[in-house]
Amino acid sequence: MAMTLTDDQNMLRDTARDFMASEAPVTHFRKFRDMGCKDGFSHGLWKQFAEMGFTGILIPEADGGMGMGQIEAGIVLEEIGRNLSPSPFLTTSVAAVEALKLADKAMRDRWFPGILAGETVIGIAIEEGVKHRPEKIACVAERSGNGFKLTGQKQFVVQGVSSDMLIVAARTAGVAGETDGLTLFAVDKDAAGLSMEAARLVDSAVAAHVKLDGVQVDADAVIGEVDGGWAVLSKMLDAGRVGAAAEMVGVGTGAMYMTFEYLKTRKQFDRVIGEFQALQHRAAHLYGEMEGARSIVLKAQSLMDEGHAKAELYVAAAKAKAGLACNLSVREGVQMHGGIGMTDEYDIGLYMKRDRSLNEFFGDAYYHADRVATMNGY
Amino acid sequence: MSELETFRAEARAWLEENCPAEMRTPAKGDEDVCWGGRNFVFQSEAQKLWLERCVAKGYTVPDWPKAYGGAGLSPQETKVLRQEMAKLGCRSPLNSFGIWMLGPALLKFGTEEQKVHYMGQIARGEIRWCQGYSEPGSGSDLVSMQTFGEDKGDHWVVNGQKIWTSYADKADWIFCLVRTDKTNKYQGISFLLFDMETPGVSTKPIKLISGNSPFCETFFDNVVVPKHQIVGEVNRGWDVAKYLLGHEREMISGMGGDGGVTSIGAAMKATLSQEPVLRAQMALFDVDNLTFRAHGERFMDEWKTGKAHPAYSNLMKYVGTELNKKRNELVMSIGGSQALEWESERSNGGSKARNWLRTKANSIEGGTSEVMLNVVSKRILEMPGA
Ligand SMILES: Cc1cc2nc3c(=O)[nH]c(=O)nc-3n(C[C@H](O)[C@H](O)[C@H](O)COP(=O)(O)OP(=O)(O)OC[C@H]3O[C@@H](n4cnc5c(N)ncnc54)[C@H](O)[C@@H]3O)c2cc1C
Ligand SMILES: Cc1cc2nc3c(=O)[nH]c(=O)nc-3n(C[C@H](O)[C@H](O)[C@H](O)COP(=O)(O)OP(=O)(O)OC[C@H]3O[C@@H](n4cnc5c(N)ncnc54)[C@H](O)[C@@H]3O)c2cc1C
Repeated sequence: MAMTLTDDQNMLRDTARDFMASEAPVTHFRKFRDMGCKDGFSHGLWKQFAEMGFTGILIPEADGGMGMGQIEAGIVLEEIGRNLSPSPFLTTSVAAVEALKLADKAMRDRWFPGILAGETVIGIAIEEGVKHRPEKIACVAERSGNGFKLTGQKQFVVQGVSSDMLIVAARTAGVAGETDGLTLFAVDKDAAGLSMEAARLVDSAVAAHVKLDGVQVDADAVIGEVDGGWAVLSKMLDAGRVGAAAEMVGVGTGAMYMTFEYLKTRKQFDRVIGEFQALQHRAAHLYGEMEGARSIVLKAQSLMDEGHAKAELYVAAAKAKAGLACNLSVREGVQMHGGIGMTDEYDIGLYMKRDRSLNEFFGDAYYHADRVATMNGY
Repeated sequence: MSELETFRAEARAWLEENCPAEMRTPAKGDEDVCWGGRNFVFQSEAQKLWLERCVAKGYTVPDWPKAYGGAGLSPQETKVLRQEMAKLGCRSPLNSFGIWMLGPALLKFGTEEQKVHYMGQIARGEIRWCQGYSEPGSGSDLVSMQTFGEDKGDHWVVNGQKIWTSYADKADWIFCLVRTDKTNKYQGISFLLFDMETPGVSTKPIKLISGNSPFCETFFDNVVVPKHQIVGEVNRGWDVAKYLLGHEREMISGMGGDGGVTSIGAAMKATLSQEPVLRAQMALFDVDNLTFRAHGERFMDEWKTGKAHPAYSNLMKYVGTELNKKRNELVMSIGGSQALEWESERSNGGSKARNWLRTKANSIEGGTSEVMLNVVSKRILEMPGA
């Protein structure tokens, strides 16, 4: 595959770019932040996403969706990142949809229509500690009646309290540290024994701490195979990772151009500061890092779409690189803005906060660099 | 099957049949590389055969037009051919500054006669070229160069000195920047071609920190150059020089990779598992290495379809060469005391140390990293100032 976007993909990018810039620019984000919105996003905007066809971008055509791939989802995510548009797109339309694609028809019919309509939100309940360690899952699902009983705790469940359903990873066999013996469950938000505590994050998204206190689910709540959840989990995580990487390309690129504009207008020492070589070289270096990140994210997306054996390696590298580059962009951004970069009034600080959350989501750059090393045989 | 896939199958079959087994192993060093030229001594029958077969097929320069010795392949076909060569581990049949630098400049600025003559010689590996740009007083600030060609009607008489001329002692011809108007800085330079055996040309090798001497000081003492040996117009050689530099930077940036995406970490596992901080550095390097590969692929796809910014090769040169230096620092650290050995057989004649030192030039030759950052900042990011 050529590493350039097709005409259709360019058209989608233009559509998504216009849409986010007019319907969900940074002012939209500020509005919902400042009113202390309990969801951290606008349900109205989520409906508009559906009208644009975005919410079903990864849902197969046979299930009523667009049947597109990670490249297309990434195009939308980049524009989300560039505008800091708050939405459940990454968790619901990317990660959850990738998992549900592997579920049986009844389950797909139960959830896809709501996602397509922009009515349903799904939370991903994986993490049990402060760092991403999916194989360390200890939450237990015991056989009980016609189904299972779930006991344990989850955290960093983004938009958890706003979700209609949680995808919960639990252990049906084996011990923490093993990839075998995991099973994924679709748990209704109203299930008895399920409780959540909302926690506002630095980027003003809301994540939940989830308690599962003997939550009873039917056998048909299982997504994929019992004990074989790792396969579904891996697909879901990789989609979420490459998606977060694409969003970080948007965040980093947005912050970068905002900074370049500032360098071209701010005057000190009787000159615009963009004339100082000390800043020019850092700007050019940053541009190179962001361009590299953009490239490896595109490569990872296309390998995933091809179902290539190396996709996993490239997704790990892409999440790592996008994280490092985006982080550099927001740090340089705040620094090069000088004092006003520290103010809440200027947008650059908002990008810095968003970068932090996305870097942490589904494994940070160090976690993924370590995986790259392992997959590379050392 | 799409046309491109048909081509892939054909190219594959041709390579399987025509690339000798010995040419499907990695070249061990510079002495294994075929540079062609009047005085080139083939290292093996296989090397000679591989060159001849590629020449006949136009595969030394697959994307050049057939009339100038190429195979007339499209950018997509060229990419496919290179992919298939990489899969089989085929060595490059011919390396040359003619292919990487002069050829593209001739294609853009040369006369039809020059294209047929000089590009044909390059494609067939008959003439080896060197590059006469830098002077002792003019490195990064190349346009300040002084080597002067005095107009004598149907020829110029060239006097002056070049430096850092790679392989000047092995090259047959030189493409050389010569000042033909002292009153005009940018529009006073001409791009001349001449034989290194012309009376008055002499070279003196310079020994590098790696212990090797691949380049020279080059002196011109009343060298006669006929007027028809100019590329482009008189006094407009700077345009040619800059265009050629774009290709040179593209070529050097390619050296940032290791020809593939295989990690050097696996072979060093025993050491890395004992050195967690070094392993972490290696892991972050691998992330950058995979990134650079993808970046290079994207750049080539955009470059060949005319979508890349014309100054983008400067960025790739910066990123690629800095990466290559980092790789060699890691190789030295992982190699430990053995990598310090300079002559022993155990160290393959100090190959790690010598390669490590050689790579330090990557971010100097063809324009330094600092100059690349200047260009990216001004031309791509459009930062203000001189
Ligand atoms: C939290 C906080 C508390 C503060 N408290 C006080 C206080 O109590 N009293 C007070 O008077 N001030 C205070 N300041 C202001 C502070 O001293 C200035 O912010 C600082 O001097 C930088 O000036 P600036 O913000 O105008 O940035 P600018 O000077 O506009 O700089 C913008 C960017 O350009 C770079 N730059 C500028 N000139 C050059 C150059 N020649 N070469 C290379 N790069 C250059 C800078 O390094 C920076 O990255 C405070 C600032 C902050 C953030
Ligand atoms: C291995 C090797 C092979 C070479 N082969 C050839 C060849 O075949 N033909 C040929 O013509 N030349 C060749 N060169 C020469 C090469 O192009 C020059 O070395 C290069 O252009 C730098 O020039 P210089 O060495 O004079 O360094 P200088 O220009 O003196 O630079 C010294 C330092 O100052 C920095 N600097 C200079 N200007 C600026 C600026 N404006 N802003 C910020 N920093 C700046 C540089 O980045 C560098 O770090 C080769 C060099 C090497 C090392």
